Amino acid sequence: MSEVTAKSVVVSPIFENNPIALQILGICSALAVTSSLQVTLVMCIALTMVTAFSNLSIAAIRHHIPSSIRIIVQMIIIASLVIVVDQILKAYAYSISKQLSVFVGLIITNCIVMGRAEAFAMKNPPGLSFLDGIGNGLGYSVLLISVAVIRELFGAGKLFGIEILSLVNDGGWYVPNGLLLLPPSAFFIIGLLIWALRSWKPNQVEAKEYELAPQTTSMQEAH
Amino acid sequence: MSSNDTVQKTVKVALLLCLVCSIVVSGAAVILKPVQLANKALDRKTNILAAAGFETKGQDINTLFLQFTPKVVDLDAGVYTTAVDAETYDQRKAAKNPKLSDELSDDVDIASINRRERYATVYLLEKEGKLDRIIIPVHGYGLWSTLYGFLALEGDGNTVAGLGFYSHAETPGLGGEVDNPRWKSQWVGKRVFDEQGQTQIELVKSVDPSDPRAMYKVDGLSGATLTSNGVENLIRFWLGEKGFGSYLANLRAGEV
Repeated sequence: MSEVTAKSVVVSPIFENNPIALQILGICSALAVTSSLQVTLVMCIALTMVTAFSNLSIAAIRHHIPSSIRIIVQMIIIASLVIVVDQILKAYAYSISKQLSVFVGLIITNCIVMGRAEAFAMKNPPGLSFLDGIGNGLGYSVLLISVAVIRELFGAGKLFGIEILSLVNDGGWYVPNGLLLLPPSAFFIIGLLIWALRSWKPNQVEAKEYELAPQTTSMQEAH
Repeated sequence: MSSNDTVQKTVKVALLLCLVCSIVVSGAAVILKPVQLANKALDRKTNILAAAGFETKGQDINTLFLQFTPKVVDLDAGVYTTAVDAETYDQRKAAKNPKLSDELSDDVDIASINRRERYATVYLLEKEGKLDRIIIPVHGYGLWSTLYGFLALEGDGNTVAGLGFYSHAETPGLGGEVDNPRWKSQWVGKRVFDEQGQTQIELVKSVDPSDPRAMYKVDGLSGATLTSNGVENLIRFWLGEKGFGSYLANLRAGEV
């Protein structure tokens, strides 16, 4: 990894080192909550907050965490923050929290939060760790919001619940693509986005793990 | 760093962390509880009003809802009861409580709900001294999920004033179209019972307006046969004798 500065920890996870596109982490919630843009935005804010504050608190006490219970300590901090976020959503964004249902709770198991706590916050000072949490949250958000825009626009003809493409069901011209509202479509879209990102930044392409050996002549003769 | 790994330090850190985290979590839960409960109540009222055909956007739900009187109905006897308090009675919880619900045998359980609560809360709206709307809670199994909703009937206990589901997990775009306002608007004005008091309402493939029975027929959801069947079954169940059948019969006869 290059030199750690305040700017690099915020900016690099957005495209250079995107937690979803490069590290392929946090896919579960990316599939589940992206069928509408509004819900996605709330999820992104929730995840960014949890990542930032868990990084902050873990970095603040990192010199006191016994290595034998390191993971449990991280999990307890993350879980507590997630419960607090869930409670706040239930109080101030009730209808959205109903749609997010279990997925707010599942932020606890989101590999991005845990991954940043273990990989970054355990080794860096609190301020920088907090920014790293914000950066990774933004990286997650950029990808999720792109997926959500595609899914809601072409799946339901709407953005933020406001009709953009007039639907056939309501007397318009657009036949919505129902597949886009189902979770598997997010797989295709994320796959395509990763393809696009890696074509733009070829250094993200992983090294091949193996290469097929060329066909031997004896095989050709055998046919 | 090795000093961190002694048993004493490990126990100390674990205890302190647990203490701090539990204070944070319980603090958040206690402080936000009143707001959350208010949200829940508001949400339920919004669903009831939406089923009754009221415009709920930009309205003060609590004031609108004051027009309604909640009353608890004893489903088997078909009369009002004061056995439980209408304000605090939780019907969805009661359906799971063996003391407050009965198991249904397979032949009557067309809505696939397994247990039925003994009491149900209905919401009545009176206008100029006359009963104008009766809102009854309904639920039953669709394709993937139990659909929970409200059916609003006009004062005659027969004409549909509205239907709305507030909780379900049917396929978006197919069964999920039960939430489509255009589909729901078809229900308005349909009759559920014939002159003999038999439940007649059904979901069919395209309604012929010249059919003399068209007033009992609602167009099913295209591409969602199983959800449509589920909706038909749950409506028929809740209007039947195991549901609100006897209550509505009493109501039409002017006995409650």
